[in-house]
Amino acid sequence: MSTRGATVLFDAPGPRGIVRNRIIGLGGALLVLALLAGLTYGLRVQLVGAKWSPFLRSDTWVSYLVPGIINTLEAAAISVVTASLLGLALALGRMSFNALVSWLCTVVIEFFRAVPVLMMMLFVYFLTIFAPFISRLFPGPMVELKPLVAVVAGLTFYNSAVIAELLRSGVNSLPRGQTEAGLGIGLNIGQTRRLILLPQAITAMLPALVSQLVVIVKDSALGYIISYPELLRSSQTLASRWSNSIAAFIIAAVLFIIINYSLTRLAGYLEGRSRSRQAGRPVQLEALNMEDHAHNEVPLKE
Amino acid sequence: MQGLVDLLTQYNVFSAFWMTIRLTLVSALGALVIGTIIAIMRVSPVPSLRAFGAGYVNIIRNTPLTLIITFCVLGLYLFMNLHLLPDSVDPKAQLFTWAVVGLSVYHATFVAEGIRSGINTVPQGQAEAARAIGLTFGQSLAQVVLPQALRAAITPLGNTFIALTKNTTVVSAAGVAEASYLMKNMIEFSPQFLYAIFFLMALGFVILTLPAGLFFSWASTKWQVQR
Repeated sequence: MSTRGATVLFDAPGPRGIVRNRIIGLGGALLVLALLAGLTYGLRVQLVGAKWSPFLRSDTWVSYLVPGIINTLEAAAISVVTASLLGLALALGRMSFNALVSWLCTVVIEFFRAVPVLMMMLFVYFLTIFAPFISRLFPGPMVELKPLVAVVAGLTFYNSAVIAELLRSGVNSLPRGQTEAGLGIGLNIGQTRRLILLPQAITAMLPALVSQLVVIVKDSALGYIISYPELLRSSQTLASRWSNSIAAFIIAAVLFIIINYSLTRLAGYLEGRSRSRQAGRPVQLEALNMEDHAHNEVPLKE
Repeated sequence: MQGLVDLLTQYNVFSAFWMTIRLTLVSALGALVIGTIIAIMRVSPVPSLRAFGAGYVNIIRNTPLTLIITFCVLGLYLFMNLHLLPDSVDPKAQLFTWAVVGLSVYHATFVAEGIRSGINTVPQGQAEAARAIGLTFGQSLAQVVLPQALRAAITPLGNTFIALTKNTTVVSAAGVAEASYLMKNMIEFSPQFLYAIFFLMALGFVILTLPAGLFFSWASTKWQVQR
């Protein structure tokens, strides 16, 4: 049953229904407006013109917000590359015929999925500070890279586990005949996987990978806690200069929503495209027993 | 080794994890209630409610949880001085309630999407049949569609629950003394036990999330709607 055609649950409204719907709509709108008004009133000291005027200055954007966005996107971009590579390795390992390798990769994947991203970030951050052999890797001005490394590591560990499972389910979702055909033309099972199955699985998981990018961008905000100057942290630095926390907050939220909503739309677009091309069914996060399962607006069953 | 034992007696790891568990359970309840309401709004006959549900999901889901939690605590609690509990209750409990609100509001979007995906699994004919025997929208939703949708949504709801358990660590941004907050303090003051502390706390989360995962996969097969 598709929610888009939800009219099966109710009739097209008649004149009375339309009036009732309008009344409910009006009441709801008034309620939302009242809440917003209450919020605005409560925060009125924080929302006066003077708190917003810093955002009209170019140096606010040049020295705080734009670097914040760049740092957020930088951490997300590096993480998605490293997570894909590690995820590919873990997926291959988990599907390996060597029982030990397969078991080891399963344990690693399950561990990465169970431990909160923030804890892994904190751990790596403290490693770069307290573990001598690692902190030696950051001499002189490189010290500033420590929070970035910690953010990227935390995001990579968790998301590589997600991507590994995506790849595995992508391979599993391919028709059986593919493997049989590969074996039939004389490839061994490893070659079949590498040359026939994986490339299709990667195409099929592209939309899911882009949706996962949204999770990565959002989770990069955890860098706030280890003072990585991402968007949230830089907007708070800015706020401590102008003491306009709430205004800075709202601007940061709007920027995050714009970035993530465009990524969601991109994923939906890719999904539609891969569906029409029929090159392997798109892998859906929902099928995967994963968190943050529903990032696209796509109905699960047609 | 002695040092580690001293450390564990000095810091109360159990109360930190107890805080994590309490945050998880209360927020899960809140998220389930808000999420169900949003999911019903999204399939309701009233266009404005559908629009509100869609807007809520799209906006909240694309906002980082860190931002939502800090906004609740900084904006609503500290600036607006809004108290959810009577003023006489101590600030720690007040902070806890706002952390729960932030977690519930955020995870409600995932609950709503999970239930909506559950609604998608109910065959269209069932809703038609419900309508045919004269049930209203509310009746067919409450008695025919939702019970099946909830059973089909156990897996996504379970995933949301596990994600919620892990995401409670984010409230350390607001200074609630849960597991990751304690871990940060412990490592800062005893960096020589860095590895031991991390693996201890990580193990705590494995112990919390593994049984939950097993339970939800068991439950989803047990309560699966046979078609």
